[in-house]
Amino acid sequence: MTTHADPAAPEESALEAAKQVEPGIVTCDACPVLCRIRPGKTGACDRYGNINGRLTRMDPFTVLARQPEAVRFLEADWTGNPIAAQDVFITGIGAGTTYPDYKPAPFIVAAEIDGVDMVTVVTEGIFSYCGLKVKIDTDRHLGPECAPVRAKGEQVGHVTTAEYGSQMLSLGGVRHLTGGSKREGVVTCETLLTLANGGAVELAIDGGAHVVVQAGAAPIVDGVPEQRMRVGCGSATIGIFANQWLGHADEVIVVDDHITGVLTEHQAGRFLNMRPSGIRVRGRRSTPGRYFQVANPGPGWGGTDIADPLTIIERIDPKLAWPGLRLLMVSTTGEHAAWFVLDEALRPKPAEMPPSIAAVVARIGENCEPALCSVLFMAGAGGSLRAGTTENPVLLTRAVHAGRARVTAGGAPVYLWPGGGITYMIDVTAMPANAFGHVPTPALVAPIEFTLSLADYAQLGGHVGRVRRVEEVLAEAKPRATTLPADVPFPLP
Amino acid sequence: MTAQIALLPDGRLHLQHGPIDCLCRAWGAPREVHAAYTQAAAVFGDILPTLCRELKRLRAPLPSVPPEGAIARAMHAACAPYADRFITPMAAVAGAIADYLLGVLCAGRDLARAYVNDGGDIAFHLAAGQRLRCGLIADLAAPALDGIFVLDAAHPARGIATSGRACKGKGGRSFSFGIADAVTVLARSAAAADAAATVIANAVDLPGHPAIHRFPASAIDPDSDLGDRAVTWDVGPLTTDEIDQALDAGTRVADALIAAGRIDGAVLALRGAFRVRGPAFPAIESSMEAP
Repeated sequence: MTTHADPAAPEESALEAAKQVEPGIVTCDACPVLCRIRPGKTGACDRYGNINGRLTRMDPFTVLARQPEAVRFLEADWTGNPIAAQDVFITGIGAGTTYPDYKPAPFIVAAEIDGVDMVTVVTEGIFSYCGLKVKIDTDRHLGPECAPVRAKGEQVGHVTTAEYGSQMLSLGGVRHLTGGSKREGVVTCETLLTLANGGAVELAIDGGAHVVVQAGAAPIVDGVPEQRMRVGCGSATIGIFANQWLGHADEVIVVDDHITGVLTEHQAGRFLNMRPSGIRVRGRRSTPGRYFQVANPGPGWGGTDIADPLTIIERIDPKLAWPGLRLLMVSTTGEHAAWFVLDEALRPKPAEMPPSIAAVVARIGENCEPALCSVLFMAGAGGSLRAGTTENPVLLTRAVHAGRARVTAGGAPVYLWPGGGITYMIDVTAMPANAFGHVPTPALVAPIEFTLSLADYAQLGGHVGRVRRVEEVLAEAKPRATTLPADVPFPLP
Repeated sequence: MTAQIALLPDGRLHLQHGPIDCLCRAWGAPREVHAAYTQAAAVFGDILPTLCRELKRLRAPLPSVPPEGAIARAMHAACAPYADRFITPMAAVAGAIADYLLGVLCAGRDLARAYVNDGGDIAFHLAAGQRLRCGLIADLAAPALDGIFVLDAAHPARGIATSGRACKGKGGRSFSFGIADAVTVLARSAAAADAAATVIANAVDLPGHPAIHRFPASAIDPDSDLGDRAVTWDVGPLTTDEIDQALDAGTRVADALIAAGRIDGAVLALRGAFRVRGPAFPAIESSMEAP
């Protein structure tokens, strides 16, 4: 295996020794040491290694290929120009970090795209100010808002808002990474890194549940994998299915920790001229047929703590109810359902659910989407990172906000927060695999690239003298090649 | 890959070429610091090619005919006192590079303080009355400051180096015959500290102990200067008595080197146990938070 030689020539005998071929050994000529590297080992610098008989860059400097077949070309020795510059995008993954300090040698790469010289400034950001926003699709009560979220006993984040059918967690952030004890920081960094790279972590919420979270997978709450995301709140479920219950049931109560719906009292039942059933549920009435706080939050029906749905019935008005009244009680996911008929004393008695009702209960389930965890990485690109890009960092911020400089993370598009600074969010599953790393600070290392025209780059005080051609970077840095996940647009036109 | 020379945003100079990875810092008037960095950067690119021209000689065991290059000669000189046992000049390569770069950095410059840290082997300059705080970290995998000591201009030491058993493939960069987690040595130069740390760390050992896994160095790195000699790969559970016994063996060597005036002090660490040797070793302020 030969590579480009360093201009400073080593002595003859070293060259001779290096040429002596031993099976499986690869000779690296990235520097004059000319290490001979055994399979699976690295050279003296630890930057190059022998992976399956090929000299491979160990800090996983990664480029994106537009087509999967181009990955093969890119990983072979670069001997010409088999693929065009616009089919390769240099990412920040593995671009710049070595322990214990990062090299501030970001690649500043130029390629001609549709006749315009484009510059991509590539770096790995070391982020102490970063975290993950985790969305867990579940109606189950995971814990009270603001409750500490722990991993291995250390607080790594907190419970934040409940959204429609989901519970949000905020993990990481500078206060857990560097503001607490050393162990808190190390565990937080580990948790963030595992989640960001697509792994699973177990989290324990104070006063709440144990949850196993993994991006793109169903949450596992207290050992039970979550199946469905609710179709809507109890009130919405009433609105969606009222028509289909009409004529088959006299009353439907959709049990929900947020808003429990009561069909005949609800606007939807009124609209269908349904006869009031006189069944009154516990809790605080918001508007007719919509009740808050019918029970406590928990792992039971519709995210409440109840196992027996009848416990939420406060009273049954004898002036309105009638013997033989048919009552359906159901949760917002259809996972829990029970059918009752009132006896002569107006007491609900369990009965076999008719097929017409069972079909609608099943339909609630069918209309629920699979419950998933989603993980968004959020970070701010601060002063020194921008200084690696331009001598006048604020101009970069302005160019980004004006849309002249595009920000990507491992080649994937990011959501840029309005306001000051360069604060961005990205779905970790939209990025290439294993895009994140860490440093012992502890802090997360994430790829970030700024792409803009060469003219704009010069105007904002960019390090124009350090711009290199994409072919040159490919030849010298021996990057790994990968592709973006399906459905994520390639960063170049 | 050619030499990388970069000024870090925090004001340090980063020099990297192949396996050489140095962080340098100088304190003084901005013009002096700039000139110092420029001097160091100017010579940096030649260091690795020059060493590599004599690599074969530098990987051969001592005693041997002295090599030619300035850094190579410093490596040879720092290791020569240990020629009664197996050692090659490579044991002092990082320290000798740090000494050389520090010398170039400071030549003709007016600097209050300066250091060159070559992967943990550090050469430092202190003008009269100046002090430098150093942190000790015993476990790189879960880095926490185990202690801080203050280097003072009045003290003769100008080099500090650390050696341990973490080998290539196990988080480290080199090999050890011993089992020490870390041996940190203070000496008149970084090269002298580097060679002595290697020798003391090799002595922290329990020969024949079944929990210690060893491999021939050549099985991991075919070009290792240690050839087919068994180097430590992994260490299993050890009793408190065994830890004491291994540290005692290293401490005897450290004490002999202190008595012979070759080093100024040493700290030996194994499985959370520490030995601090040398009357001149600056007081360690333990369990302090980062400065």
